[in-house]
Amino acid sequence: MDDQKKMAIIATKGTLDWAYPPFILASTAAALGYETQIFFTFYGLQMLRKDLSGLKVSPLGNPGMPMKMPFGPKWFRGITWNMPNAIQSLVPGYESLATVLMKQTIKNNGVASIPELRELCQEAEVKFIACQMTVELFGFDHSEFIDGVEYGGAATFFEFAGETDICLYI
Amino acid sequence: MDFDKELDARGLNCPLPILRCKKALNDCTSGQVLKVVSTDPGSVKDFAAFAKQTGNELLASAEAGSEYTFFIKKK
Repeated sequence: MDDQKKMAIIATKGTLDWAYPPFILASTAAALGYETQIFFTFYGLQMLRKDLSGLKVSPLGNPGMPMKMPFGPKWFRGITWNMPNAIQSLVPGYESLATVLMKQTIKNNGVASIPELRELCQEAEVKFIACQMTVELFGFDHSEFIDGVEYGGAATFFEFAGETDICLYI
Repeated sequence: MDFDKELDARGLNCPLPILRCKKALNDCTSGQVLKVVSTDPGSVKDFAAFAKQTGNELLASAEAGSEYTFFIKKK
């Protein structure tokens, strides 16, 4: 019996903030010696696209997200700019602006970018499985995704997940 | 403390110090000592956990100001 520890993750979210947990946990698990697999389904497929610029963060309807500026003097950075949903929804480009600011904050804090973390996962031989059903449902083409992705369904996921020590749904 | 290789992980945040450390250890031979310098306060617990789970020995860890130094002996 193979005694290597195993971890499986189901990644279902397609936003910049939610792209972090699967890639951070998978890359760390691989560094700790786990055989690791991520099953990307529904909006999680966005994380496998060659072009990751579609990953955004939205403060709309997200009261847990502090809106702070990633530049300027300390007192200015400390201000929280949270706005009512109704106003956010009326301002064009609010989501894009929030994404630009979030990416700057990530950089300022020495936190890896999503493309970097994804590459680290691939280097560490984390296996990426894309849900073929949602690829078709959303009208994606395999050519839109990075190389090295395998395509399968729920049964493919269970084949590995059934033997894991840790199994997470994100 | 004597060491064979050094890794500068200053300014990096979780999980990068651990991932870089793992990569640096891959280039070491068994018994060699890797020195890692980090500024991530979370790395204190993380390096202890990393050592415990991978079998690489954490020989010493020290804190000086906002810098944390670890000496890890490759399994």
